[in-house]
Amino acid sequence: MLKLFRRHQYLRQDTLGHSYDVVIIGGGGHGLATAYYLARNFGIRNVAILERSYIGSGGTGRNTTVLRANYKTPDTIRFYQRSFEMYATLAQDLDYNMLRSERGLLWLAHSDPQIRNQRERALQNQQFGVDTVYLDARQVHDVCPELDMSGGGKRPILGAAYHAPGATIRHDAVAWGYAIEAQRLGVSIHQGVEVTGLRIDRGRCVGVETNGGFVAAGQVLSAVGGYVTQITNMAGFRIPIVTHPLQAFVTESYKPVLDRIVASADLHIYVSQSSRGEVLIGAEIDPYSSYSTRSTFPFLASCSSRAIDLFPFLAKLRILRQWTGLCDMTPDYSPLMGVTEVDRLLLSSGWGTWGFKAIPASGISMAELIATGKVPPLIAPFALDRFRRDLAVPERASAGTH
Amino acid sequence: MALMIPCPNCGPRPYGEFWPSGELPEGGHAVDGDVDADYRRVWLRTNIAGEQRERWYHHAGCRRWFSLTRNTLTNAIHDVV
Ligand SMILES: Cc1cc2nc3c(=O)[nH]c(=O)nc-3n(C[C@H](O)[C@H](O)[C@H](O)COP(=O)(O)OP(=O)(O)OC[C@H]3O[C@@H](n4cnc5c(N)ncnc54)[C@H](O)[C@@H]3O)c2cc1C
Ligand SMILES: [Zn+2]
Repeated sequence: MLKLFRRHQYLRQDTLGHSYDVVIIGGGGHGLATAYYLARNFGIRNVAILERSYIGSGGTGRNTTVLRANYKTPDTIRFYQRSFEMYATLAQDLDYNMLRSERGLLWLAHSDPQIRNQRERALQNQQFGVDTVYLDARQVHDVCPELDMSGGGKRPILGAAYHAPGATIRHDAVAWGYAIEAQRLGVSIHQGVEVTGLRIDRGRCVGVETNGGFVAAGQVLSAVGGYVTQITNMAGFRIPIVTHPLQAFVTESYKPVLDRIVASADLHIYVSQSSRGEVLIGAEIDPYSSYSTRSTFPFLASCSSRAIDLFPFLAKLRILRQWTGLCDMTPDYSPLMGVTEVDRLLLSSGWGTWGFKAIPASGISMAELIATGKVPPLIAPFALDRFRRDLAVPERASAGTH
Repeated sequence: MALMIPCPNCGPRPYGEFWPSGELPEGGHAVDGDVDADYRRVWLRTNIAGEQRERWYHHAGCRRWFSLTRNTLTNAIHDVV
């Protein structure tokens, strides 16, 4: 029986080689998924992931795990819908339990402009086969009886867009599941390896400088979340991204009372209850750009008061944890991904406050781009040069912060 | 802790009372009709991890603009004018 108590090592410790077909900077969901699909779908296994901390230590392990496809523009809906479908079978594909849980997502309206907005969202979603309907106040109450329909006596709830498939999934498990399977297929994963420079020879990226020495690469993918401009500044070009902190917090565990995920655009807040009973609350990004992951008290105070306006029972709960992640925000709230002006250097970025749900679709598409050299139509709208061509993909209203 | 912004007129106040400009455009705000320069000014950012010169507007106080330098890694502020 002794064997039962041995320590289980999930990830092999790989030694850093001198050269790989593909080097991926960043062991978040996007880097890990891209590596997995490179190996599984395209047989490209001489791949290294360089992660300066531990895998999932960035936004991937700090997000509020909302999965949904209720976006606004046709290009974005198509993309997130694909990702949503891939997430539905991901636990089976990777043989790793991810505690995916379908909750139904309410997007509340407390004002006339938001009623219009949410009605329009429902109609637009239906046009593209996404299950979103508009509910009046009575129906909102039926779907989520815990809501204070008077909005704390200040902001009465007038209606909502209801996206029944809206779900949550365990974020760490997504990172671990992709990492373990990618490694099993031959990808090497290096934690504690930081990229400190890029080697560029006549406009072509030939490798990366790291704290473990130079590593040559056929192609380099930057998938570093909020740190992306540190990489592009090394490469000597600028991109339309600014890094903002995003905070969230949980209460102590409470009996299961809240099935739904509830968001309010007017109150800039969203609330859900995790499977272990903690009530999870998220809200808007910090208004100033920063790389600091220190949480702030004004955020906690103002969010708590708005959350109590929706769910009075929260007033008696204590707050257990508060944390901060960094978001690579684009001007149009859509991702920024694909080839760059440096040959063989690619980006998976612009994931902002919305990129966790995008991991499978982005990973499979970036793998296809790296393997074939052709931009898959699914991600073509999110190319880096879209602002120069006046082809922004405006998603501010539906990006929310989850 | 809240980020405290040292307004030259009102003293240190919490960040919620202010609007930040963010990164200042390279070459200032002047528009000269050069499409390429306009593209760079309007869209592209350095998003530096380090010292950044910024303008802040104290909307819930003296309602005036001022300049400061902020370290985006630590949020430490100096050179306020
Ligand atoms: C509080 C919060 C809530 C959120 N809620 C949601 C949500 O509900 N739904 C949703 O879809 N999205 C949400 N997001 C957004 C989501 O978390 C991110 O878009 C997503 O995790 C980005 O994944 P990534 O792989 O691009 O980056 P990350 O997960 O940040 O991974 C990047 C990795 O790169 C590493 N790295 C950085 N620089 C270097 C270097 N020089 N060398 C080596 N490694 C480096 C970092 O250590 C990090 O591990 C939320 C974000 C936050 C902060
Ligand atoms: Zn002032």
